[in-house]
Amino acid sequence: MTDILMPALSPTMEEGKLAKWNIKVGDTVASGMIIAEIETDKATMEVEAVDEGVVDAILVEAGTEGVKVNAVIARLKAEGGAASAPAPADKAPEAKAAPAPEAKPAPAAAPSLVAAAASPAPKAAGARVFASPLAKRLAKEKGVDLAAVKGTGPHGRIVKADVEGAKPGAAAPAAHTGGQSKSLESLGIAAGSYDLVPLDGMRKVIARRLTESFRDIPHFPLTVDIEIDALLAARVKINAALEKSGVKVSVNDILIKASAMALKAVPEANASFTPDGIAMHHNADIAVAVAIEGGLITPIVRKAETKTLSQIATEMKDLAARARDRKLAPAEFQGGTFSLSNLGMFGIKNFSSIINEPQGCILSVGAGEQRPVVKNGQLAVATVMSVTLTCDHRVVDGSVGAKWVQAFKSYCEDPVTMLA
Amino acid sequence: MDFDLIVIGAGPGGYVAAIRAAQLGMKTAIIERENLGGICLNWGCIPTKALLKTAETYEHLDHLADYGLSIEKRGFDFEKVVARSRGVAKTLSGGIAFLMKKNKIEVIEGAAKLEKGSPAPKVTVALKSGGSRTVQAKHVIIATGARARVIPAVGMVPDGERIWTYREAMTPKAMPKSLIVIGSGAIGIEFASFYRALGAGVTVVEAMDRILPVEDEEVSAAALKSFEKRGLKFRIGAKVTKLAKEGSGVAIELEVGGKSEKLTAEKAIVAVGIEGNVENLGLEALGVKLDRGHIVNDKHGATNVPGLYAIGDVAGPPWLAHKASHEGVHCVEHIAGKAGPTLDSPIPGCTYADPQVASVGLTEAAAKKAGYAVKVGRYPFQNHGKAIASGDTDGFVKTVFDAKTGALLGAHMIGHEVTEMIQGYVIAMTMEATEAELMGTVFPHPTMSEAMHEATLAAYGQALHV
Repeated sequence: MTDILMPALSPTMEEGKLAKWNIKVGDTVASGMIIAEIETDKATMEVEAVDEGVVDAILVEAGTEGVKVNAVIARLKAEGGAASAPAPADKAPEAKAAPAPEAKPAPAAAPSLVAAAASPAPKAAGARVFASPLAKRLAKEKGVDLAAVKGTGPHGRIVKADVEGAKPGAAAPAAHTGGQSKSLESLGIAAGSYDLVPLDGMRKVIARRLTESFRDIPHFPLTVDIEIDALLAARVKINAALEKSGVKVSVNDILIKASAMALKAVPEANASFTPDGIAMHHNADIAVAVAIEGGLITPIVRKAETKTLSQIATEMKDLAARARDRKLAPAEFQGGTFSLSNLGMFGIKNFSSIINEPQGCILSVGAGEQRPVVKNGQLAVATVMSVTLTCDHRVVDGSVGAKWVQAFKSYCEDPVTMLA
Repeated sequence: MDFDLIVIGAGPGGYVAAIRAAQLGMKTAIIERENLGGICLNWGCIPTKALLKTAETYEHLDHLADYGLSIEKRGFDFEKVVARSRGVAKTLSGGIAFLMKKNKIEVIEGAAKLEKGSPAPKVTVALKSGGSRTVQAKHVIIATGARARVIPAVGMVPDGERIWTYREAMTPKAMPKSLIVIGSGAIGIEFASFYRALGAGVTVVEAMDRILPVEDEEVSAAALKSFEKRGLKFRIGAKVTKLAKEGSGVAIELEVGGKSEKLTAEKAIVAVGIEGNVENLGLEALGVKLDRGHIVNDKHGATNVPGLYAIGDVAGPPWLAHKASHEGVHCVEHIAGKAGPTLDSPIPGCTYADPQVASVGLTEAAAKKAGYAVKVGRYPFQNHGKAIASGDTDGFVKTVFDAKTGALLGAHMIGHEVTEMIQGYVIAMTMEATEAELMGTVFPHPTMSEAMHEATLAAYGQALHV
């Protein structure tokens, strides 16, 4: 008899939704076979069988949410082996849709939501937090939510030093997660006049992280107009040259490259704020916002400064396709150093994005359109694109942000200089 | 590469590091020029405890009447007292040899010298059995320990006959009638206590303004009172200007409060601190950074030379066996990439005089100096049930809490067998307990440890038996 356990798809995953079973009782399973799909806050992943055998029991039904990592989800028996007593799904403790909270959270500390990748050591709501007595007391005094603190003591226990290093206000009252504390009814919207779409993992993360970011980070926008006729002409030539290889470079791919080059030119902008100091990143890992059904995700083109446009285009095409299918591995969307969001295809002229923590900057790209420009005192027509860089003022001051924008503009207006 | 790790020195730092390395799968060698177990086991912690047990038992005999017992006449055979102590050391040293064998650690007997090498310095051993052997490992840990400090300028240099260090003091041929002990740290006080118990006239000379200067001031004061009650004499705030042989004994010249004084005795023990064994290891040629006779290392034990580490006494104070072991284990785990998170664990200190002294963390004065608002609790053994029943009413327990957070900052004890109790507070501090957990802990009745509970309660005005 072999137990199949709920796998952890990322180091921080504590629970997930068992989205789909590809096997049923009686099926023969071979090692490596895809037996199930599991959904976490950001991704859907396939589960491969490790062991061989015949499916004896499915213990957690498809569609069950909140299945704890390492819970037994199914059993295999060796081929021809005796079947075990059936374990009906509704008897299995994991089979209930919503896990009952095990421990009541401290009154001051509301349960934190399953955090996104970038947050340190997120803990599932209701999970017991291990902390020394002194750490608990200090956290209470400082108003630090222990659920958001990474423990460095034995077995990851939170000790005094961890709390001392934590930001007060890491405690996120429920309202800050984006959910409302008041019912819509009390605000005058009649019951039955709307449908309620349940919050999935991704929506919760978007709500929590962006609320925190917009509230906690002192951010400011810098907007500039960029003439992109040269860039468009270059793209035509590049794509003609790449025709045989089947790779097609988009304007966005060029902007990824230009962003990375600008980060190399102004490395102060490639930075993250941490309580211990400013992290100056070695590589330009560009996180590119991709809209997907039910939300968005930011797959990362790593070391974009070192990659050719055709490499970036190929990589982006694959990442975007798999992002839309929710098939990205956590490592593919966690840990970028700079973000790029492009709403040009919707005709948006200009917008400013919210900082994607812990990155220091995010670039918002508007539509390229023909606009009247004045050149040498004469009216002329040029293709112009407005971009806005949102900066985390804790790491990127106005002049640094402006230098980056300048560098980016110059690469876009004269793309050949990216080859220098 | 001959080994993954070479440890130089088989004291409580070195041999423990070697065992931990073997447990982690490293091919390990240990080099020892003298005895496995180092000073601790052969010339320090352990054999002195054997001597002090003799002293304690002998003292009990003097108080038998208090317990309704009688004895015709007490006496001792000094040679047998010393022989027992040596036997204890020998048994334990043999135990280390067994542990090395069991863990497949190669023991190389001889004196080690380092030379430039990569990834760690090469080690050449002048073998005890003659000849030399050069071995190389990926990592080398220096754990050569320390020895008694000497101050030649004022004659504080042991001659092995009348001017002793701990070594000679541990293996005397005859019981001295009178003794001057220079230095009132743990080593000085323990020898003073031992010789006094067996009947020697003992005077302790201390340069600082109190005895046991690293302990809490209240403990120093109580210790002074207890020791004086037992007939020990003290010269405090006394600067030694000259120590020399005179007649058949020794004479010491002091400056106390601006006045000169001269004392004579049969023997003198120099216990004025420790200096690291950093010589003849080839450290200069390698450019190993030293500071006041000790090797400079980082928090994981690494020196400024790649692949070379230093732990224990040779790397500086506190000069304690358990600190060396703790550093040794941490250093090896760090090398193996498995370092635990308990590097900064508080380190207790113990003095095995009669009464004993034990402490951990900050003294009240040090806590205040560090800017803490403190809550201090005290509880004397004088009115404590178990202490009265046992006839051990000397001493007290003192706690120092951070008034703001309730963190236990320090604990200080003087009394019977308090060295066996201090770990209760050490565990509390290591686990970051606050006063609430200590108050909520049930202490067994009747035990001396109940005083620890009361001292905690006392800090918050809640002591039950005062």
